[in-house]
Amino acid sequence: MRTAFIEALCELAARDPRVWLVTGDLGFSVLERFAERFPERFLNAGVAEQNMTGVAAGLALSDCVVFTYSIANFPTLRCLEQIRNDVCYHRANVKIVAVGGGFTYASSGYTHHGLEDLSVLSSLPEMTVVAPGDPHEARLATRAITERKGPCYLRLGKAGEPVVHAAPPAFELGRAICVRQGDDATLISTGGMLKAAVDAHQELLAQGIRARVLSMHTVKPLDASAILEAAAETGAIVTLEEHNVHGGLGSAVADVLALAGAGIPFGKIAAPDRFWHTAGSQAHFRGLAGNPAEMVVRLLKNRLSLPAARPREKKGLAA
Amino acid sequence: MRSTDSKELAKRIRRHALRMVHAAKASHIGSCLSAADILAVLYAKVLRIDPARPDWPDRDRFIFSKGHAAAALYAVLAEQGFFPLEWLDSYCRDGSPLLGHATATVPGVDLSTGSLGHGLPVACGMALAARRKRLPQRVFCLMSDGECDEGSVWEAALFAPHHNLDNLVTIVDHNKLQGFGDVKDVLELEPLVAKWQAFRWSVREIDGHDVPALEQTLSAAPFEPGRPSMIVAHTIKGKGVSYMENRLAWHYKMPDAAQLQQALGEVECPT
Repeated sequence: MRTAFIEALCELAARDPRVWLVTGDLGFSVLERFAERFPERFLNAGVAEQNMTGVAAGLALSDCVVFTYSIANFPTLRCLEQIRNDVCYHRANVKIVAVGGGFTYASSGYTHHGLEDLSVLSSLPEMTVVAPGDPHEARLATRAITERKGPCYLRLGKAGEPVVHAAPPAFELGRAICVRQGDDATLISTGGMLKAAVDAHQELLAQGIRARVLSMHTVKPLDASAILEAAAETGAIVTLEEHNVHGGLGSAVADVLALAGAGIPFGKIAAPDRFWHTAGSQAHFRGLAGNPAEMVVRLLKNRLSLPAARPREKKGLAA
Repeated sequence: MRSTDSKELAKRIRRHALRMVHAAKASHIGSCLSAADILAVLYAKVLRIDPARPDWPDRDRFIFSKGHAAAALYAVLAEQGFFPLEWLDSYCRDGSPLLGHATATVPGVDLSTGSLGHGLPVACGMALAARRKRLPQRVFCLMSDGECDEGSVWEAALFAPHHNLDNLVTIVDHNKLQGFGDVKDVLELEPLVAKWQAFRWSVREIDGHDVPALEQTLSAAPFEPGRPSMIVAHTIKGKGVSYMENRLAWHYKMPDAAQLQQALGEVECPT
């Protein structure tokens, strides 16, 4: 995703002289290709994220489109009030890019786990929150947020994520992408969990369950109509995210369902609300969040044991 | 009509700010009065701005980082014709465009501030944009001394000289009082001038109420090519009102009707 991002950004910068890249002294061996081609629009602000974000706001208020770049929580939580006041309050054209979202840097320990960003940044007015699901989506998201005026947050993995889409999909901010068709249940993923959702789809097929897979690359604004359609047409939803169980994709989807009165079986695959004091790989931590295919099976079984709920599921929910 | 009489403008700022804070039952009058002369000189003599075109792209930028003294900023902007003087009567009222801290939706305000330590980094970004685009504008930033407790100020202090931002002029309104008392008792800043010098700024130290000195110093920036300019302006919190001067209480209190009348008399603008 990181590679797709920097390639897309270089293409954009070649076309649009307003595009800047500002790093908090991270991105070694990744950002050089931008720095070498566009030295006048590249800035290493040093290990000083508050100033980096304030500087980015100042550049954006001077008609630049500014990407700030760092890893995990450094470009977001470390300088959150600068994002809130200097960027969002002024609707400044700053695009915050964090590589290492979720458990990308799992073995580095909790300081490097990006588990609260979706929740925290979604709560800021004017902010668009995007977590692409594979390198194709990362490239398309980079273009889309450059075109969108105002603050955006782009959460990436790092490098080497699997390509899920066979070809570049139709991509629009705020519109979920249907990656796999299905009517029995829906898996809604954000960020790098897309691969896990597609794998779960395959696993469920073997059991005769056809699960729809939606890539919810934009967490804010959320595609409520795709969620309600999925609720009405498939009757059960499981969300997948590398994020704290509170406040992320699952919470946002639950909001949509509850406000619409769509009382359907619903589950979240997300990081438990606790600290881990042992090391582990990304796969290890993902495993601790639960198995999406098993969760779907469990939800469907529970649904069958609730006969009163059953007749409403497929008919009663006007999307 | 834009006034070029700094002393007269400073009196008017004080008069408006006192009335606004009294009417709104707002705080921070002491901070308004300590900054009044600096604001007057900037807006009368220094800033290249056009009140008829507040968003003129080539204007100098002014970042009022001590946003809690917004009444004084709004006063000078109204006096210089950025918006009608009548707006000042609505300060902090329900639905007023004039919020209690400096707000960029007000014509002439370049940045919304209120949380300390935000202004200087943004000013650095604006100065860098002008530098890289080879544009003529300068960026002025006014901070409080208590604000210099914020780490973000010192991140920006490192940044500006590294990027040779000599189009950036920063003023510290050094009135020696902050939230809980004397700066030296809360979190000592001294040696403040030496600190900025050590960070490779070109520093001048002046009396922040000496209007001719302010005019001369602010007009002389940049003091050295290739370096950002810092003016440590020694000021008196509550300057111009005898019972407010150097009194911490007036960071919080608002004058009652009798106190207002006395204050207005003392700032030589009787009603």
